[in-house]
Amino acid sequence: MMEREALQAQITAINANVTFEEGGEMLNAFVDPKECRDLLQTLHNMDDLAFDYMFCLTCVDWKTHLTMVYHLESTKHRHVVVIKSKLDRENPEIDTMSDIWRTAELLEREVYELFGVRFINHPDLRKLLLSDEWEGWPLRKDYEDPINMIKL
Amino acid sequence: MLEEIAVNDTGDLIINVGPQHPSTHGVLHLIITLNGETIKNIDPNLGYIHRSIEKMCESLSYRQFIYVTSRMDYLSSHINNHACALTVEKGLQIEVPERAQYIRVIMDELTRLASHQLWWGAAAMDVGALTPFFHAFREREMINEIMEETCGARLTMNYNVPGGVMADIHPDFQRKTKAFLAFFKDKLPEYDELVTGNIIFQNRMKDIGIISKEDAISYGCSGPTARASGVSCDIRKTHPYSIYDKVQFDEVLETTGDSFGRYLVRMQEMRQSIHIIEQLIDNIPEGDFQAKTKAVLKLPKGEFYTRVETARGELGVYIVSEGGLTPYRIKFRSPGFSNLSALNHMAKGQKIGDMVAIMATLDLVIPDIDR
Repeated sequence: MMEREALQAQITAINANVTFEEGGEMLNAFVDPKECRDLLQTLHNMDDLAFDYMFCLTCVDWKTHLTMVYHLESTKHRHVVVIKSKLDRENPEIDTMSDIWRTAELLEREVYELFGVRFINHPDLRKLLLSDEWEGWPLRKDYEDPINMIKL
Repeated sequence: MLEEIAVNDTGDLIINVGPQHPSTHGVLHLIITLNGETIKNIDPNLGYIHRSIEKMCESLSYRQFIYVTSRMDYLSSHINNHACALTVEKGLQIEVPERAQYIRVIMDELTRLASHQLWWGAAAMDVGALTPFFHAFREREMINEIMEETCGARLTMNYNVPGGVMADIHPDFQRKTKAFLAFFKDKLPEYDELVTGNIIFQNRMKDIGIISKEDAISYGCSGPTARASGVSCDIRKTHPYSIYDKVQFDEVLETTGDSFGRYLVRMQEMRQSIHIIEQLIDNIPEGDFQAKTKAVLKLPKGEFYTRVETARGELGVYIVSEGGLTPYRIKFRSPGFSNLSALNHMAKGQKIGDMVAIMATLDLVIPDIDR
């Protein structure tokens, strides 16, 4: 198991442009969406990091931008890291991770239909939970639907 | 989405299993491409009971949103509630009284037992044995009665609140739980006699739906599904929460990775759950069952992530807070969703009849997948 500082040093060695967030229970790293795939691929492949288990993939709408959030764990070393990537809200695009972690295939489809993030090179980017003709991105903050949505 | 024609260009037969089908245990729709009897591809079509619980939670307070999560994985509702309560407590740094922690863990394990019992009955029914279902429900009924007395509900318990549990345990709780354990310990060998050792059952289950250790990790499998492939992933062991680091129990691992392996893991887990409850039931400390909390809860700005082990695997609760009365964003990492994603990989090349045996041991709960 690698401590927080050691992990931070390792990630900086892979990509010097990565910024880190202070505090939080897990190590949070921000990376440019164009470099995100390369970084995650390296994190997955390097022996002393070996982040082979993606236990959560999701997105957060911050009204000015979208943030992709990847929670990764190594089943060998048991360390955890959170990689985040800020996407443009008008044209959100990021490379798919579905060939690195197979679980990402369905999770990315879910994020695509709920947030409208396009995953480049995704093998099968279709709607998953909603019907095909559904319009809009329901989990975005400005989504309005007077018929189906119950305001509490 | 729905194929108009039943045969595609290459001559493969396309059939729909579900949305209403006994073996899916809920409204799950699978579009299966068949070459003769052999499965070429399974495309799950989800969302028939999608309620967008994540969006709903964005307008609920930190006290209210816990109760919606009972409706995700309704067979582990107490554990779901526990995970949410833990996340709120983590954000507010509430110290939970020891009595509440003991009660929570006992309830968690009772829930796990009830869930595994239902799974055992349903799995046997899926492959053609009807009797086990009635055996399982006899024992499960006793757990439901214990739950009803203390929590006031049989299935969606809503017993956890931030800071502890809603009410103290019923005076009969300890006596009835011990009576149940004594009864159930006698019955477990019967389960094995009836189903585990049955050669017909074994032939249906062995070498079916094999998934390797690497694939199980890559597909994000968790719970008994992953542990049958030898992945050590029990959150109670790897990232202990509540008082799980104080109790003795073993993480059950199998290496075969087939349907029978998943079956054996769950059978052993029932014994481990009994073992955990036995250690705690007589030692519930005196004291408060709930910490004193403010009437209105506001989580500080930040992100909070809790991982717990439900009956089906790893549940993650991810709360993004902006410091307001309601969560800014909630994500539930549901175990069933990731386990389902491995179904296509497991079933490819198998016969259509074996698909049912694979589904039976994946133990999918559809509201958990759709959320």
